[in-house]
Amino acid sequence: MARIIVITSGKGGVGKTTTAAALSMGLAQRGKRTVVIDFDVGLRNLDLIMGCERRVVYDFINVINGEANLNQALIRDKRCDSLYVLPASQTRDKDALTREGVERVLNDLGDNYDFIVCDSPAGIEHGAYMAMYFADDAIVVTNPEVSSVRDSDRMLGILSSRSKRAEESMEPIREYLLLTRYDPMRVANGEMLSVDDVQEILSLKLLGVVPESKAVLNASNAGIPVILDRESDAGQAYGDMVSRYLGDDVPHRFLHPEKKGLLSRIFKG
Amino acid sequence: MAAKSTSSTNASDGAGTFELKAASFTLPIIRLLDSDIETVASRLGAKVEKAPDFFRNTPVVIDLSDLPRDRAPIALPQLVGLLRGYGMIPFGVRGANAEQTAAAEALELAILRESYVRRTKSVGELAAETELEPDPVTAPKTAQAPEKAQPSAETTQPRAAGQSGFMLITKPVRSGQRIYAAGGDLSIIAPVSSGAELMADGNIHVYGPLRGRALAGMSGNMEARIFCHDLQAELISIAGHYRVSEGIPNELRGVPVQIFLDQKILRIEKL
Repeated sequence: MARIIVITSGKGGVGKTTTAAALSMGLAQRGKRTVVIDFDVGLRNLDLIMGCERRVVYDFINVINGEANLNQALIRDKRCDSLYVLPASQTRDKDALTREGVERVLNDLGDNYDFIVCDSPAGIEHGAYMAMYFADDAIVVTNPEVSSVRDSDRMLGILSSRSKRAEESMEPIREYLLLTRYDPMRVANGEMLSVDDVQEILSLKLLGVVPESKAVLNASNAGIPVILDRESDAGQAYGDMVSRYLGDDVPHRFLHPEKKGLLSRIFKG
Repeated sequence: MAAKSTSSTNASDGAGTFELKAASFTLPIIRLLDSDIETVASRLGAKVEKAPDFFRNTPVVIDLSDLPRDRAPIALPQLVGLLRGYGMIPFGVRGANAEQTAAAEALELAILRESYVRRTKSVGELAAETELEPDPVTAPKTAQAPEKAQPSAETTQPRAAGQSGFMLITKPVRSGQRIYAAGGDLSIIAPVSSGAELMADGNIHVYGPLRGRALAGMSGNMEARIFCHDLQAELISIAGHYRVSEGIPNELRGVPVQIFLDQKILRIEKL
């Protein structure tokens, strides 16, 4: 049975879809059979970030409504054989996601995959509930600023009370914190919450810290999950995150401003 | 400053601008059994004609919980207009589904907590939730902030509430969660986030940072106290005597304190 991971945040624009793309690609590259599902019905983005927008024929809602079968809707990633994308519908609204329908699709996928990554929409509306309801693990994506931290906290409350695991008194969802758009320079100047500040408020296991990086936008524009950009700090941070998720003990990087050497200071100005 | 928002009964504390008290009102509830607005209008009209004075300027609560779910939804704006036409002042709904809640919010009606009694599982839970039943309507007993007017759906069900009402929480209490220990003490050995709300009829103990709201002595027990390891609360209250974050002196923040009532004045003391 596949493990279901929800990428959630409450707040929008913090990097959920970027994280979903990076995590699913990272898991697939490590040989795990992975499918990533876009739950943002009506505002689909994942296909763009994954670079498969031109191959979308059927979508998640078609499968829920029985208008297409899973194999017709799943898009195999061209870069990695064990990764599939299930895109959201751009024309329907979130009410088309029925709990029974979502459960059926997840169950059908469960037999054939190791991991199902659910990319949650922002907010705490129906779509977000459906994305997290069946989850085994949750990665809460948070930016180091107060409103994002508060929304994440709210989301954690919902995860612990309104998920299937909570309602059926099963073992609770495993919750992880992923801090994104982290700028060590601004933290050092006291302009941004530090990792410790955020952890103190949320008291969660820290899965990773992804630095603010130009590579993320470039990767999104190009439709290449940033984890494939191994030169970039963000790509490496996501790589570390995937390793940590799979149980490796990897030290955190990119927490402190880079110390510039004398030479680079002279030459780079 | 120190006694600014402590006791509503203390006229001498210099506040003078307003008092915040808890009070209960018995109000008529219009429980709708038919979603056809025409039928409702004619029946109600007949009723009002018999005793027009009784309904004039009477605040009413609209109860939607017994409406047949399979029928067409009731047109809330028309219904409110109808009631106003008969001189009533509809001010809130209860038992609304998501759609009706949105409609009611658009009409600036209060969303009153749906009765929990009918989906109660145990005696402990019954005790824990009947307090929050809005019938008769309880005026802001907890100095509720506007964003809490709509009860959050994920009010934490009492996990460890035994017959005694004592409750122990071991996991972080998150923003938006509410915990109520009916008839007893509430102990928390985890952080309480800002935006979370703790309520107990007895004492509240928090062995971690308290960043949310804590309301002890909910049923009027003036002997109740709040003990916490690290006071960063948004609001603290004992038996309705409350103080907001602004009124907490800096030297008492972030340190272990106890909070209690002394001659109906809320006092915070270092431990």
